[in-house]
Amino acid sequence: MSDLLYSEIEEELRSSVRDLLTDHCPPSAVLAGCESREPYDLALWRSLAAELGAAGLQVPEEYGGAGASLRETAVVMEELGRSVAPVPFLGSAVLATTALLACPASDLLPALAEGARTAVLAVPLSTAPGAAFPSGVRADGNGALTGRLTSVADALTADVLLVPAVDADGPGLYAVEASATGLGVVRRTSLDLTRPLADVTLEGVPARKLAGADTAPAALERALLTGAGLLASEQLGIAEWCLGTTVAYLKERKQFGRALGSFQAIKHRLADLWLETVGARAAARYAADALAGESPDAALAVAVAQAHCGALAVRAAEECVQLHGGIGMTWEHPAHLYLKRAKADQIALGTPGHHRNALAGLVDLPGPVD
Amino acid sequence: MSEMDIRTVVRAFLAEHDPATTDRLDFLRARFDAGLAWVHFPVGLGGLGAPRALQAEVDAELAAAGAPDNDPRRIGIGLGMAAPTILRFGTEEQKSRFLRPLWTGEEVWCQLFSEPGAGSDLAALGTRAVRDGDGWVVDGQKVWTSSAHTARWAILIARTDPDVPKHRGITYFICDMTDPGIEVRPLRQITGEAEFNEVFLTGVRIPDAHRLGAVGEGWQVAQTTLNNERVAIGGQAIPREGGMVGVVADTWRRRPELRTHELHQRLLKAWLEAEVARLTGERLRQQLTVGQPGPEGAAMKLAFARLAQELSGLEVELLGEEGLAYDDWTMTRPEIVDFNGREAGYRYLRAKGNSIEGGTSEILRNIIAERVLGLPAEPRTDKDLPWKELAR
Ligand SMILES: Cc1cc2nc3c(=O)[nH]c(=O)nc-3n(C[C@H](O)[C@H](O)[C@H](O)COP(=O)(O)OP(=O)(O)OC[C@H]3O[C@@H](n4cnc5c(N)ncnc54)[C@H](O)[C@@H]3O)c2cc1C
Repeated sequence: MSDLLYSEIEEELRSSVRDLLTDHCPPSAVLAGCESREPYDLALWRSLAAELGAAGLQVPEEYGGAGASLRETAVVMEELGRSVAPVPFLGSAVLATTALLACPASDLLPALAEGARTAVLAVPLSTAPGAAFPSGVRADGNGALTGRLTSVADALTADVLLVPAVDADGPGLYAVEASATGLGVVRRTSLDLTRPLADVTLEGVPARKLAGADTAPAALERALLTGAGLLASEQLGIAEWCLGTTVAYLKERKQFGRALGSFQAIKHRLADLWLETVGARAAARYAADALAGESPDAALAVAVAQAHCGALAVRAAEECVQLHGGIGMTWEHPAHLYLKRAKADQIALGTPGHHRNALAGLVDLPGPVD
Repeated sequence: MSEMDIRTVVRAFLAEHDPATTDRLDFLRARFDAGLAWVHFPVGLGGLGAPRALQAEVDAELAAAGAPDNDPRRIGIGLGMAAPTILRFGTEEQKSRFLRPLWTGEEVWCQLFSEPGAGSDLAALGTRAVRDGDGWVVDGQKVWTSSAHTARWAILIARTDPDVPKHRGITYFICDMTDPGIEVRPLRQITGEAEFNEVFLTGVRIPDAHRLGAVGEGWQVAQTTLNNERVAIGGQAIPREGGMVGVVADTWRRRPELRTHELHQRLLKAWLEAEVARLTGERLRQQLTVGQPGPEGAAMKLAFARLAQELSGLEVELLGEEGLAYDDWTMTRPEIVDFNGREAGYRYLRAKGNSIEGGTSEILRNIIAERVLGLPAEPRTDKDLPWKELAR
């Protein structure tokens, strides 16, 4: 059985990330950032990446990374979820980095590992593992890309876009510099204020081919599976914050002459939420461990973790808003940031329903034939 | 002691006691004496004072060698509740008298806790124990006592001082079920059978040597029993698709004609929940082995009850016309509760008890909310009143 606990090193990493986020990323700052024109807190990103080495955790040392594993990367995701941090970690350090690690060309890795540059895997955030290779972008004989992609997360600030495109030989993965002519990256108004989306248009954009038909589909799939698995840790972090904040509030808030948290109707709801959070921790840890060890059980572990944690984070955020009463509905209170992130995360990289259906195939529980 | 060492111990034991040629009971007794019953118990009491985590290694080695097991289902209350309580609070005489036959299953135990007027509010109990020379005389009535009809011994809590508030003035005893003052009457239950009983105690004499813990401090002793009960009910290690989910999944695979889209979605949800519960239990055990005991015992019991009810209900629906039938309403007094030896309807009905026995789901939620989340208790009117002045 795999190790579902946190190692000492992982706990140390957690506390340094948490310290940094407590100092630089309080909810008030996140809220203010959302309303500014800057989609991300790039100073925070640089501290995370450069001071803590968070961007290159899963990158081998020979490419300038920390040579740690996805278990550590998952711990960072948990903490980023706890503070709905506006940084391109999922897009760059998880999705794009994982895809690059599976490609033959690796010269982009050192800059990403260092956090000096960020990259993004140019697919809609809602793309689930197991999806067909995208055919929205075509590459001509010179490697110039033409096509359109919607709802790409973390693309606005990316220095490099990793674009899955189809050429004469079949599927390929291409690198496009953000400054390339013919590339359009247009911000969309997104439900999740802290993870902005963009639509990407390519009109004969010069690109460099990173992987061909033999590796591109597997690299994409590995990235999507890893992203989905580690997103469960982010969802756990969101749920933890929502539960903890709600419990603290209900211990203090008095109505009817007593603390609201002493009413059993409320206690029972929070006890149930806690129970599901305990389950989410086990499921998210298992997914991270299975991905880190490239276990044959990884696909199943990811499906279980995503289906459970995706639904839980939303429920925790909804309970958080509800049990804060009127305050929970205000713009000033951070609860909405978590609800928006949780709801968007539920769709990101496959909905719980998608992951349950994936499970049906993986564990041989087929539906009716009609 | 390491995994390697324990394997050596087990192999040496097997070399001396060949399961193929040794009598079942002799084998179990020898295993106890070799310290391989529960390795974390002290030497001489069925253990080796080794880390609890090594037990899995022992069980696996022995099972692979075809060794008989001690049928934990039949002796669940003894193993899960009486043993840890005796280990923690018992005298040396009590430990050496009771633990061995308890573990081998020669002596079955039951739990005389609940009363008609004291269920969730167990500390309100009214069964009296009055000091008489070097012993005690007990009078009262207990109820819902599982296995009282097969038990040789009982753990019993009784009131020894009615003048103090209810949580004080309780004392914990070991009660001889063959005492002439004990009458056991079956209580037929929802499934048709009588797994639990009413127990009437009239002038039952218990020697003071069978008291567990100090006079008046039975509530603290009972907490050990109750915490262990929750872990025993919800905390077993099970393989993926172990237990009830496996039964339903199996039917689903074998009988494509029964499948509907709606049941498919519910089955997948339940399968998922079972897998999450399994991982949670695994994580809890890993925490225990590195000495971070959590309050997850209550959580696991709560999750187990919810899941068993969900799955058993789903199974009856899945079976459609067959689900309308029931296997057997005969009033029997079974020795064990055997979910898998019966059909879907039985599982559905028996699972209803999972959220009542061993602390109701409502009470467990209160425990989680107050002890884990630190939420304030509800205002209480009964806490400081002497027991005899309580409204009943
Ligand atoms: C199959 C089975 C086997 C059992 N075996 C044994 C045994 O071997 N030995 C033994 O001693 N006992 C045994 N019990 C008894 C069991 O422990 C009690 O039934 C249980 O503790 C509940 O007590 P009660 O039945 O008196 O219900 P009550 O306490 O009267 O509860 C009735 C309902 O009210 C709810 N409730 C009670 N208090 C609260 C509260 N504070 N807040 C919210 N809701 C509340 C309960 O959750 C329940 O839904 C067994 C029970 C079952 C079903």
